[in-house]
Amino acid sequence: MARIAAPGESGAKMNYRSRYDHWIGGEFVPPVRGQYFENPTPVTGQTFCEIARGTAEDVEAALDAAHAAAPAWGRTSAGDRANILNRIADRMEQNLEALAAAESWENGKPIRESTAADIPLAIDHFRYFAGAIRAQEGSLSEIDEDTVAYHFHEPLGVVAQIIPWNFPILMATWKLAPALAAGNAVVIKPAEQTPASIHFWMSLVADLLPPGVVNIVNGFGVEAGKPLASSARVAKVAFTGETTTGRLIMQYASENIRPVTLELGGKSPNIFFDDVSSARDDFLDKALEGFTMFALNQGEVCTCPSRALIQEGHYSEFLDAAVERTRAIVQGHPFDTDTMIGAQASNDQLEKILSYLDIGQQEGAKILIGGSRADLGGELAGGYYVEPTIFEGSNSMRIFQEEIFGPVVSVTPFSTFDDAVRIANDTLYGLGAGVWTRDTATAYRAGRAIQAGRVWTNCYHAYPAHAAFGGYKGSGIGRENHKMMLDHYQQTKNLLVSYSPKKLGFF
Amino acid sequence: MSGTPAVSRVAVTAAAEEVLRRLYAVNGPLMFHQSGGCCDGSSPMCYIEGEFRTGASDVLMASLPIAEVPEPVTFWMSKDQFERWRHTHLTVDVVPGRGGGFSLEAPEGVRFLIRSRLLTPEETKALDSSE
Repeated sequence: MARIAAPGESGAKMNYRSRYDHWIGGEFVPPVRGQYFENPTPVTGQTFCEIARGTAEDVEAALDAAHAAAPAWGRTSAGDRANILNRIADRMEQNLEALAAAESWENGKPIRESTAADIPLAIDHFRYFAGAIRAQEGSLSEIDEDTVAYHFHEPLGVVAQIIPWNFPILMATWKLAPALAAGNAVVIKPAEQTPASIHFWMSLVADLLPPGVVNIVNGFGVEAGKPLASSARVAKVAFTGETTTGRLIMQYASENIRPVTLELGGKSPNIFFDDVSSARDDFLDKALEGFTMFALNQGEVCTCPSRALIQEGHYSEFLDAAVERTRAIVQGHPFDTDTMIGAQASNDQLEKILSYLDIGQQEGAKILIGGSRADLGGELAGGYYVEPTIFEGSNSMRIFQEEIFGPVVSVTPFSTFDDAVRIANDTLYGLGAGVWTRDTATAYRAGRAIQAGRVWTNCYHAYPAHAAFGGYKGSGIGRENHKMMLDHYQQTKNLLVSYSPKKLGFF
Repeated sequence: MSGTPAVSRVAVTAAAEEVLRRLYAVNGPLMFHQSGGCCDGSSPMCYIEGEFRTGASDVLMASLPIAEVPEPVTFWMSKDQFERWRHTHLTVDVVPGRGGGFSLEAPEGVRFLIRSRLLTPEETKALDSSE
């Protein structure tokens, strides 16, 4: 076990400033109303910096800066923009450990996860969209011998982005990279639970971006997010969060006839067919890891495989092994390199998870392991830790229907293929799903039958750029992580050109 | 107040009532819409009444009487979500917290939270017959 120095400790890879203002027009700008709020680390519950409490006036200032920057940025060549994105990626790579520390300290996730997943994925994401925009082409349609329709991609202008707290830097990157590649200026509001790490990111890359192209406004949803999302001065709103706020953002957007993209979570089924256990081999080991993925990022993932459907033939055997695999999860200080599960991101998140542990038991679900808050003692006593928990119950229970956003999986058996698909689809959401089987035909049929935007097949929780990610049903609108996201940040300009000197003859 | 029903689907703790009184003093009439899904989902969102437009896809689960607040606070949920929650009784509570969607209480450093219990057969019968 190696304990890496956390921010504030000697030898730390990075340290936060004691206060962050907004980042507007390429510089720190204090909030107009002069108010700040405290930002605690979930690792210990202690405040480590204070953050500008933005309001509508600050949003307007950020929009002013973005509108000033957008025309020139939109006219830069795709090659120039791609070069900047690649330089951002290089700078992030040179500072990978510092960015990982920033993200783990603010969010509570294990350092090994931010080091091996979050930040490398974010780096690759900038490179992917640098490549995608270089490779993107317009099109032309030859209507007739003398008439040609040209289709050009144009940036939308100034876009609003509202970022969740579960992967603060990676989720910001998912939205920033395609928006910038497409030539838009951005006003971004990070979550109030994780408002500082994006400022550390900006401190590393600010010299690479023209002032005003990326503006960061901090604050609470109701005070800063709402004026941003409802502004007639933004050409598009991108949001990751939950259903009620998603609907509200659509309502605001409808007032201005603006497009939105929404990623609103899920209740993802992870299906294990009987043949998974037909041999004791690497594949079975991989499937058990796939089950245990419910604890990745403390379960704070929109696609958390929070419903495990296990076929009857190997139900007991597989579940017993899964419980043992879960027992082996190392919970501890997020800056210990052996730690697999760290702290929940906030106190209210902790309380919500505990409320689900309560109603799950009241509904008659059986706890196979975990089920309580974890007290890790010492400096971590004030942190927000929950034991990885396995419930056994039925799909009508609320713990099977609602996104708990904690390290909690609800397990139920199924009999046949049709039974598995029925249970998998008996949910309001359709973001992710997992299918585990040695039979490729079964895998294919299940993957096509499940109503979800992403079906991991004999894998789970991989998020490579170049694989489209987004929801069916209540899980949202739009696809991220793929070049098709460029379309969500671009207008189509059609020039319909006649090369004929002859009149039509109507007048 | 025109007769609080003897059986209700939603209750409010004293601590949550206190927050609602403060929010009412600043904002006027209030509403809840219960969220689902990611991040801050499964939490009740508190808005100025009418800020969130409800429609045919929503269910008014309760109109909550709050002492010293003239207008009851409405509590809404989307209809499809309600079908999956209707066997449980909800209590709006409040905990120290940090943010959540566009809900009004977040800047105060608190967050509304739902606590749940199963409805008794008698409650279920009374509620189903009144709807």
